[in-house]
Amino acid sequence: MDILANLALGFDIALSPYTFLLAVIGCFLGTIIGALPGLGPSNGVAILIPITFTLGLDAVAALVLLTSVYYGAMYGGRISSILLNIPGDEPAMMTTLDGFPMAKNGRAGDALVISGVASFVGALLATLGLMLLAPLLARVAYLFGPAEYFALYLLAFSTLGGIASSNQAKAALASCAGLGIAMIGLDNTTGMPRFTGGNMHLMDGVDFLVAIVGLFAVSEVFVFIESHGKNSAVGIKLGKVTIPYREIWSTRWTMLRSSVVGFIAGVLPGAGASLGSFLTYMMEKSIAGNKGGFGTGVAKGVAAPEAGNNAAAGGALVPMLTLGVPGSGTTAVLLAVLMTLNITPGPTLFADRPDVVWGLIASLLIANFVLLAMNVPMVKVFVRILSVPPALLLPGVTMISFVGIYSLSGSYFDLVLMIAFGVMGYVFRKLDIPTVPVILGILLGNQMEDNLRRAMVLSDGDWTFLFSSAIANGLWIAAVLGFVAPLFLRRFLKKPELSED
Amino acid sequence: MKSDRVFGLVAVLVALAYIASALQIQTSFLSDPVGSKTFPILIASAAIICGVVMIFKPDVEPDWPELNVLASLVFSVIILVGYAYALKPIGFLVPTAIVASVLSYQISPKPKFAVLAGCGLSVGLFIVFKYALGLSLVAFPKALMG
Repeated sequence: MDILANLALGFDIALSPYTFLLAVIGCFLGTIIGALPGLGPSNGVAILIPITFTLGLDAVAALVLLTSVYYGAMYGGRISSILLNIPGDEPAMMTTLDGFPMAKNGRAGDALVISGVASFVGALLATLGLMLLAPLLARVAYLFGPAEYFALYLLAFSTLGGIASSNQAKAALASCAGLGIAMIGLDNTTGMPRFTGGNMHLMDGVDFLVAIVGLFAVSEVFVFIESHGKNSAVGIKLGKVTIPYREIWSTRWTMLRSSVVGFIAGVLPGAGASLGSFLTYMMEKSIAGNKGGFGTGVAKGVAAPEAGNNAAAGGALVPMLTLGVPGSGTTAVLLAVLMTLNITPGPTLFADRPDVVWGLIASLLIANFVLLAMNVPMVKVFVRILSVPPALLLPGVTMISFVGIYSLSGSYFDLVLMIAFGVMGYVFRKLDIPTVPVILGILLGNQMEDNLRRAMVLSDGDWTFLFSSAIANGLWIAAVLGFVAPLFLRRFLKKPELSED
Repeated sequence: MKSDRVFGLVAVLVALAYIASALQIQTSFLSDPVGSKTFPILIASAAIICGVVMIFKPDVEPDWPELNVLASLVFSVIILVGYAYALKPIGFLVPTAIVASVLSYQISPKPKFAVLAGCGLSVGLFIVFKYALGLSLVAFPKALMG
C-alpha cells in the first residue's frame, strides 16, 4: 500500500491552491502551444523554461507547470490536424489522416470531441502506468553501475537514431554533434579546459538551454521565413459541438489497445510519441481491415493515434524520471529543467525527493481532468486561437526566446550562440537530419563520458568490464538491435504521406 | 544528392579537426585509465564513419530556397545578431519593435501589418516581462532615461 500513501502525499502537494493554479495555467498554455502550427511541445516547453526560472519557481512547481504544458500540447496538437490538415506538432500527424476527412464531411466537432476523449483515456492510463511502473523500474535501476549506465545511454542514442529517423547515418551524426558539443568546457575529472579555443565564455561549456531554444524555437522562424507562412491555410469552420456518445463508446477497445501500445512505445528510450501514434494507427487499421474505412474519416482513425500519442507522452516520463534517460525530445527538455534545478533524476529521486515524484504524478492526474474539460466543452476557445497569423506569432516567439535566454545569463555571447544553433537547426532540418539527438547528446554527453571513465577506473582499464553483467549485455544487444533492425523493418513499415487535398 | 555529399565531407573535416584539437588537450597530474582525450576521439571517429556513409549513400536533394529567399534568411540572421548586441545599450523597446517588424514582414510581406505587429509585440512583451514576470528590462537607452 506504499502507492496509496505516496499518492496521498502527492495529492497533498498537487491540491494546494498554488500548484493547482500552475497546473491549470500549464494546461491552458499547453493546449494553445500544441494547437498552433509551428509550436510543438518541445519548443513550447523550451521557451517557457527561462520564464519559469525568472518566476523563481521551486522544483515541484516548475515541473508541474512544464509537464502540464507538455500534456496540454499533446492534447492540443490534434486541433490543427483536424481543422487545417496541418499537424500542430509531429505526433499529431497521424491524426490528420482521418481527422481532416471527418472535418471535410462536416463532422469537425465530432472529430474534436472523439479525439479529445481518446487523448484523455490515453493520458490517464499512461499516468496510472507511470505510477505503477516507475517505482518498480527505480528499484531495478539501483542495480545499475557505470558500465550499465554507459550501455543505457548508448541504447537511447541508438533507438532514437534507429526508429525515429529515416537515415541511421544522419541520426548518428547528429548524436555525435551533440556529444562533441558537450565535451566543450572543463573536463570533469582533471579540471582542464577542452575545446574552448581560449574563450572564457566556453569554460562553463555550452548551456543546453541555449542549444534547446536555438534548435527548437529560433530555427522555426527561419523555416517560416522561407515558406512565407504559406502553411497557414484557412481551414474548416467549426459548427455546433455535440458529444457523439455512441460513437465514443464504439471506439472503447481501440482506445484501450492504443493506450497500452502507445505507453510501451513511450517507455522505450528514444522512441517517443510519434512512434506511439504511428504504431497505434497502423495497428487499428490492420485490425479494422478494408471495411474499416481508415483514411476516409472514421472515429477509430482519430481515436487510435490520439490515445497512442498521449499514452506515449506519459510513458516517456518513466525512463526520464527513473533512469535519467529521456524517451523523447520533450522529455529531454524536461530533463534539462531538472538538471538546471539541481535535481538528478534516477532511482535516488524516488527515495530522496518523493515530493517531486508524487507531486508530479498527482498533478498529472488532475491535469488530465482539467484538460478534458478544456478540450471538449471549451474547444471553441482554442479553435479561435488558430487564426493568429504566423507573421505575429513567430516574431513573438523569437523575442520571447531572446529575452528568456538574456535573462538567464545576461551575456551577448549566449544570444549569438543561440542564433548559431538556430541556423544549425535550420540547415539540419533542410538536410533531414534530426535535431533531437543533438539535444540528447549535449544533455547526456558528460554523464556518458563520466560513466565510461568511472567504469574504467573500477576495472583498472579493462575494457571487457563494460560487458561484465547481464543487464549491461542486454542493453548492448538492445542497442545494436535498435539501431540495425529498423533498416530491415523499413521496407514493411512505411510512413504514410499527409493526405492530399 | 550533392548537399548530403558536401555535408558529409564537412562533417569528416570537422571531425578530423576535432581529433587534432583533442590531441592537444593538456593532461594533468590527476589521471585515470581513460583520460580526457579518448572519449572525444571516439565520438569524432563515429562522426567520420557517418560522414563517409553520407558521402557514399546520399539522400535525395532537399528543396533549397531560391537565391532571394536565401538572401532574406541571411539578412534575418544578421539582424538577429545585431539585436543581440543592441539589447543592452539601446534598451528593449526600439530594437524589439524594429526586429519584430522586419521578421513579420519577412514572413508575410504586408508592411502595415508588420509595423503594427512589431510595435504591438514590443510594448506588449515589455509590459508582460517587466510587470507580470518582474524582469529588469530597460525600456530606453540609459542616456535618455537620465
